[in-house]
Amino acid sequence: MKLIKFTKKGIYCIPGKFYLDPWYPVDYAIISHGHADHSRWGNKHYLCHTDSKYILLHRLGKDISLETMDYNSPKMINGVKVSFFPAGHIIGSAQIRLEYKGKVVVFSGDYKTQPDFITTAFEPVKCHEFITESTFGLPIYNWKKEEDLQQELQNWVINNQANNRTSVFLGYSLGKAQRIMSLIQGMDDIFVHTAIHNLNEAISNSGISLPKTIKLEADFKKETLQNKIVIMPPGLLGSRLLKRIPNAATAICSGWMQIRGNRRWKGVDAGFAVSDHADWNGLLDAVKATEAEKVYVTHGSQATFSKYLNEIGISSAEVKTEYGNEEDTEDALEKEPLKTSAK
Amino acid sequence: MKQFSELISAVEITNKTNAKIEALVNYFSTAHNKDKLWLIALFTGKRPKRPVKTTLLKDWCMEIAQLPEWLFLESYSTVGDLGETISLLLPEPEYQQDKALHEFMEELHELKSTSDEDKKNYILKTWNSLEAQERFIFNKLIGGSFRIGVSKKTLVNALAKFSGIDSNQLMHSIIGNWTPDSITFDDLLSGEHINYDNSKPYPFCLAYSLEKNLEDLGPLEDWQVEYKWDGIRGQIVKRNKEVFIWSRGEELVTEQFPELVEIVSQFKDDFVLDGEILAIKDQAVLLFNDLQKRLNRKNVTKQLMEEVPVGFYVYDILEFNGKDIRETALRERRQTLEDLFKTEAINSDYFKLSQRISFKHWKELDAIRNEARQFNSEGLMLKQKASPYHVGRKKGDWWKWKVDPLTIDAVMIYAQKGSGRRSSKYTDYTFAVKKDDQLVTVAKAYSGLTNEEITEISRWVNKNAIEKFGPVRTVKPELVFEIAFEGIALSNRHKSGVALRFPRIKRWRKDKPASEIDTIESVKALIGSYFLM
Repeated sequence: MKLIKFTKKGIYCIPGKFYLDPWYPVDYAIISHGHADHSRWGNKHYLCHTDSKYILLHRLGKDISLETMDYNSPKMINGVKVSFFPAGHIIGSAQIRLEYKGKVVVFSGDYKTQPDFITTAFEPVKCHEFITESTFGLPIYNWKKEEDLQQELQNWVINNQANNRTSVFLGYSLGKAQRIMSLIQGMDDIFVHTAIHNLNEAISNSGISLPKTIKLEADFKKETLQNKIVIMPPGLLGSRLLKRIPNAATAICSGWMQIRGNRRWKGVDAGFAVSDHADWNGLLDAVKATEAEKVYVTHGSQATFSKYLNEIGISSAEVKTEYGNEEDTEDALEKEPLKTSAK
Repeated sequence: MKQFSELISAVEITNKTNAKIEALVNYFSTAHNKDKLWLIALFTGKRPKRPVKTTLLKDWCMEIAQLPEWLFLESYSTVGDLGETISLLLPEPEYQQDKALHEFMEELHELKSTSDEDKKNYILKTWNSLEAQERFIFNKLIGGSFRIGVSKKTLVNALAKFSGIDSNQLMHSIIGNWTPDSITFDDLLSGEHINYDNSKPYPFCLAYSLEKNLEDLGPLEDWQVEYKWDGIRGQIVKRNKEVFIWSRGEELVTEQFPELVEIVSQFKDDFVLDGEILAIKDQAVLLFNDLQKRLNRKNVTKQLMEEVPVGFYVYDILEFNGKDIRETALRERRQTLEDLFKTEAINSDYFKLSQRISFKHWKELDAIRNEARQFNSEGLMLKQKASPYHVGRKKGDWWKWKVDPLTIDAVMIYAQKGSGRRSSKYTDYTFAVKKDDQLVTVAKAYSGLTNEEITEISRWVNKNAIEKFGPVRTVKPELVFEIAFEGIALSNRHKSGVALRFPRIKRWRKDKPASEIDTIESVKALIGSYFLM
């Protein structure tokens, strides 16, 4: 019997009668992480990792029906053994492992194999079938080590301060912002936009300690920001708020910044390839470590990555999903410039 | 190389000219003199011949990275630049070296005469010692041009700021005849290899759009009226048997127009002329679209010169036989010009005095203006006969009076968000007209609406988007706009078969349904009306 089925509403577990990160409302949704394209509104019941709890409550409303589970502590649902393993993507992100009558399927959600300073490190999980993302599934994407990124970001801030400029990082509120905080903490005061501040509070509710930040009030005094560090969501690029920050030097933190054309397209002062997704070798290593007989490739470069896997002897197929497709997700926001430069 | 690499990173990421200039000045203040020379050479297209074939670079990269060709090509199509693709695909370098830019250039020069095997050894070794960004630059040094948004003008402005030398002189210097190994940096800047006294141009006199009633200009005998031409405003400088052509953008464009140099060389007198560079065929001025084929070519072939012959219509004379006559009245300068053409007996369709339009009443002028488009003229210029040749734009003595724009009604089919402060709104639109029962794109336009209209349209786009391609939204073809433009020409490069010049949104036709927009036939008919003359 087949354990999973790709349906119009999302990835469905047949014996378990639940969905994984569904994009249309269902009765029972198991959620890999708190990004909007993976945890959507309107499901009757949610199951997510403990550290995602307050993120989901913050994003989807306090009144949703929600239960949580830790990493590596299985739960039986209709005879299917369900467990979470760290995905290294953002705080609370999980790979979802399903086991039924000896057969194991793992859904990666979004993941990153390289460790960082703030997220529980990715753990490979052996399985028969692996459903993997492929956001950065091209060999041009190779990330720097976290220590090197830290050096790079910090040098930028130091250089800005020497030139009397305020360092403004643009990164998605959930995941990227906290990662940036971890890379530059201790350098100077870090001011964060309200959207980020609210998520920081939600994350702190789970007992996770984050680097110290100051909420950027709407009526901030210019002189308090001079030469400091500010983090805001990428949507605010070009906004009046950003313009009011004195002598701002702007930097986008995103995997797409690996490509020159994307760095130039945005009209910012710097672009750093800081991603919460796996790079090319990360994807390959993760897939190989599962020893899966069959690999399903979802959102990103699914055609390319799947073709390559087949060529190196790993049976693979691409699957169409709605991940990375929504206006307010990091994937969609960041992918846009890339597509223009490719055409 | 680190320094050069940092400079490239700094100038390529910003779109602010001042920031680019700042980075360049910083480089000129700190880099090795030989590196500065190479930088100027590379940015002005004086690059040496490619020592290694591109296909070899690609093969070696695939070999080291162990990638199939299709995956290499897939990567290339995403990155869009071969040198950059290679720099990203190669594994991390195993050792480090820091050589100066000029050392790399010298090594690459020597590489030209070596065997493929030696070339491969050298390239692989170098790749293995450079970080991705430096690797990218190294690959660019091997062959491609540096397209990083630094124009000659920006480079010259940075050099001027750095050295305090006049920017026009520097323009002449860097364009002049030199190579990095035949001159020192200081000699290049001070212009040892050129004679700037021979090339020095004057600032152009510019006109405002007419904002008065013609009757208020005073007696019409005081005014010289000419056609306004849509080419490249230029200055031809002839001194001591040397000829230089400057564009209004203060670039030396002499080499792009050899036929003009040939004609001007026949004059015995020396002079500085202001006029318009135009594409001319069978005594008629062609569209700017045609002239464009002649611009920024490295090699001007005979075939191209025959296909698009270039001429010069003379508006004014600023210097005559060494004497600056800009302060004399226009009527005297015009007389000098007419005498010059008479005595030198130059009779060419490609080098003519701008025609003075004769008329008896101000009233006649409007009709003359609106017929101007038939000769591919943009309208009229009105110049006070007593006026000196001003520096820059000054109100009152010179007026431009353009023909009314052409207009069509078209429907919006794509919308895209703007940049900068407009990045949250859909501000860039693509418009289509009817072609049989389908729609065909005719123009893109960015401006002409109020902020309120833009907000309203953005809200509409959010609700009515059908598809998205990256940042572009396909929308239901419902909103109709009147599009104004300055000219129209047949074009093979456009799907619709026509190219519009300076299209912009004139107004939002909320009163018009999409069924009433123009057809491609009615748009093309506008071209036809040009040639009714």
